Amino acid sequence: MTLLHLAIAVLFLPLSGFTLLIFFGKKIRRSDLVETAILFVALAFSLYIMIEKLFILHLGTLDLTFRWIDIGALVGHPGFVLDLGIAIDNITAIMLVVVTLISSLVHLFSLGYMHDDIRYTRYYAYLGFFSFSMLGIVLSNNILMMYVFWELVGISSYLLIGHWFEKKSASDAGKKAFIVNRVGDVGFFIGIMIVFTSLHTVLFSGIFKGIAAGQLSGPLLTAAGILIFCGAVGKSAQFPLHVWLPDAMEGPTPVSALIHAATMVAAGVYLVARVYPMLDADALTVIAYIGAMTAFLAATIAITQNDIKKVLAYSTISQLGYMILGLGVGAYSAGFFHLVTHAAFKAGLFLGSGSVIYAMHHEQDMRNMGGLRKKMPITYWTFVIFSLSISGIPLTSGFLSKDSILGGALAYGMLSGNYIIPVLGYGVVFLTAFYMFRLIIVTFHGEPRDLHKFEHAKESPAVMTIPLIVLASLSLFIFYTFNPFSPESSWIMKDVVKPESVVPAAQSRGWSKPAVIETAMSPTASSTSSQAQSGTKSVTYYEEALEESHYFGMGLSLTLAFLGILAAFIIYHWKKIDAEKLKQSVKPVYTFLLNKWYFDELYGATVVAGTVRLSRMMAWFDGHIIDGIVNGAATVTRGASTLSGQFDHYVVDGLVNFSARFTGLLGRGARQVQTGKIQTYIVFALLGVIIIFFAFRQF
Amino acid sequence: MNLHVGLTDFLIVSAILFSLGIYGVVTRKNAIMVLMGIELILNSANLNFVAFTRFGLMNLTGQVVAVFVIILAAAEAAVLLAIVLNIHQQLNTVNVDEVDKLKN
Amino acid sequence: MNWYDIIFYAFAVITVVSAVGVVFSRNILYAAFSLLFTFFGIAALYVLLTADFIAVTQILLYVGGILVLIIFGVMLTSRAFNVEVKRGFLKRIPAVFVTAALAGTLIGVLTTTRWPSVNFLPYEETARPIGVLLMTQFVLPFELASILLLVALVGAVIIARREKEKRA
Repeated sequence: MTLLHLAIAVLFLPLSGFTLLIFFGKKIRRSDLVETAILFVALAFSLYIMIEKLFILHLGTLDLTFRWIDIGALVGHPGFVLDLGIAIDNITAIMLVVVTLISSLVHLFSLGYMHDDIRYTRYYAYLGFFSFSMLGIVLSNNILMMYVFWELVGISSYLLIGHWFEKKSASDAGKKAFIVNRVGDVGFFIGIMIVFTSLHTVLFSGIFKGIAAGQLSGPLLTAAGILIFCGAVGKSAQFPLHVWLPDAMEGPTPVSALIHAATMVAAGVYLVARVYPMLDADALTVIAYIGAMTAFLAATIAITQNDIKKVLAYSTISQLGYMILGLGVGAYSAGFFHLVTHAAFKAGLFLGSGSVIYAMHHEQDMRNMGGLRKKMPITYWTFVIFSLSISGIPLTSGFLSKDSILGGALAYGMLSGNYIIPVLGYGVVFLTAFYMFRLIIVTFHGEPRDLHKFEHAKESPAVMTIPLIVLASLSLFIFYTFNPFSPESSWIMKDVVKPESVVPAAQSRGWSKPAVIETAMSPTASSTSSQAQSGTKSVTYYEEALEESHYFGMGLSLTLAFLGILAAFIIYHWKKIDAEKLKQSVKPVYTFLLNKWYFDELYGATVVAGTVRLSRMMAWFDGHIIDGIVNGAATVTRGASTLSGQFDHYVVDGLVNFSARFTGLLGRGARQVQTGKIQTYIVFALLGVIIIFFAFRQF
Repeated sequence: MNLHVGLTDFLIVSAILFSLGIYGVVTRKNAIMVLMGIELILNSANLNFVAFTRFGLMNLTGQVVAVFVIILAAAEAAVLLAIVLNIHQQLNTVNVDEVDKLKN
Repeated sequence: MNWYDIIFYAFAVITVVSAVGVVFSRNILYAAFSLLFTFFGIAALYVLLTADFIAVTQILLYVGGILVLIIFGVMLTSRAFNVEVKRGFLKRIPAVFVTAALAGTLIGVLTTTRWPSVNFLPYEETARPIGVLLMTQFVLPFELASILLLVALVGAVIIARREKEKRA
């Protein structure tokens, strides 16, 4: 049993759970426990795979490919083959653990949270299906299978968002998520088609080999990279397709934790990491800008929201923006590291908010909470750890990953001159700390505002607090590195190595290609002469930029984070500055942010209204022109059919009657032969055989 | 035809048996006589199989098939006689052209 | 002409003549006894073809089994032993014509066909290879045949008994 077989088992365990529950869910007592147990088995397998792969065997990429379609060459057609399969490299192994870990903890949490739900088994079945699809994305070694699982993830997300489909807002949110995702996926699919038509393969290894050989380059390569990134924009809720994620909070809170915080939205980041070698400089710049834009935009909106889950949703978008930004600026390992740490603390935040919502009897508005600190100590303290982590305070995992992303952004800004990216990145640090602590203070500190609900609030049962504690401990630095101030020493940063770019030298960003850097730094330097001598120098440039920015960046981000926390305490805890007055003084900005930059309205006015107008036009066209043609055709047909009716009556019927009479005559003759005795029939059959024999005999 | 008995001679005997069997099946009225005709036909087929085996046109499979034909003949004879007995009890005849209850 | 030929022609004549007796006899019991001779003749032909296993099976099954069954059938369905077997005269004319044509055609084909190899193979034991074949290559048909026999047995019993039970 190799690791690959084990990985296939991990992939299909949740699917078997789904099948079992969807068909026999009603018959099995405690089917929820079955599904949860299956996920924990998958988690154990994944952990085993990761430990074997990363720490014990130090294997390279494990690959299992099979030939799916093999169409041989024909005249005028070169023929093609389609290979599919699974592969495990380091990021896959880590992602397997992340997905199964979060998924199993969410299963556990749901045992308490969803206890009284009417579609309890179906909920668990969908969770299993989601886990299967997500693991499929992670394990695919080709872009086609990844796309298939990508869509399966989309459908399971749709089903889970709309779990309470009696609520119109929930079913609308499901549809919105699905449709907005489609927009990105169309781009993704076009990207796949560009890749496939130019390289005739869908395997990642084949794609990179083909690009390295120069079979796809120039603007088409840039386009393919950006189009594939479009898929990530949709799935990871990046600007401008971020609008679906906040609405997706209509789903059950554990689902939000699993799908819309930790795993599915991370799929976009994972996709970018997967195709990283084929992204050229332009595509990476686009990615970096979109990431920075998203991080900033979502953080500003998060400040103004009052629904506890909405705040966390925008915070998720913002953090996803960070990951994308990290990948875009070239801090590949840091971006992926942030994915892992974010999965832990954001799932924790959502589950914590779920615990609060559960205690408050499905109250989600922060303004009605307050003072819950004493009632729910475990939830409170874990929540604080998660918030410190997301704000990037030392000793937490978030500090490690975020700091390395920001370091990368700073280095990138210094190297390329795109200073706006690090500026936005550092701005978001302040905003993040501010809105997270605003959330904590409003929810847990101060006086209870809704006394009735407050009276009934109590700490959640153990099945809900245990996942919180597990995730809180995973949000500490100790699981990733022993030195809390050195992200570079963490095993994730060491094991997730930035893959070598395969794009043509002219299109690569040139961080590892000194010639381009020298040109950028000193335009006069000749590119050909410096290429030969500077194999080591190139690394120095990049390292230097990182090194220079390291302590400065760390200090800056820490200062900003502490400022953010301070501001939150000043405004909401000590109430030195009245929040209402502050709102009034910047009213236009506040309203703008509260309405989420009017994105929904913008899309409503442009895309949706445009579609409606287009369909009206189509309806008019249909009603007047198409129907006119149809009606005209009907009139002509009616005339023709009258004619044909006459013909039918006299000529055809006459023929038919004649043939009937003729047949009757023949039948009367032939009836003499039909004696009803088998023996006569045998004689005739034999006669027939003899006649046939002589008729076909070759003389 | 050469002087020594060859494949053709066996096959001709078989062909004659076959034709006689057909004649019996076609002309006889008594169901049991019809059965006898069928047995003749089956035997002629068997003779063909065995002859082909012996003259090297078929391997031993021919004889195995002959064994199966004999098995089938036995099963068929048993069932047919049961049917004949049943018909005899019900209609008091064994003539095949008087058994036409389904026709009406 | 050697002894083999003489024996062959003797048994061929016995077989054909007794078959003619089966087909043309007016008495059903005579027909049954003629069939006995036909079966014996064919068994002898099998021996001439050195198919010892088939020959013994022929005698055991046809003569010992099927023929006894047929005679039982005759005795159970006929009140007297010398039942006149009715034959329609008009029916026989097309039958004679067709059968004669069939026989002529078959014999014509057989005599004009050039067989690829007509060497008489030397005698080999056949019982053991047949047994091996039945247990290896033909094991599925063999098992199916056993099921068929069982079904036929049960079916025959049920068909023959059904009406008696109704009457009782």
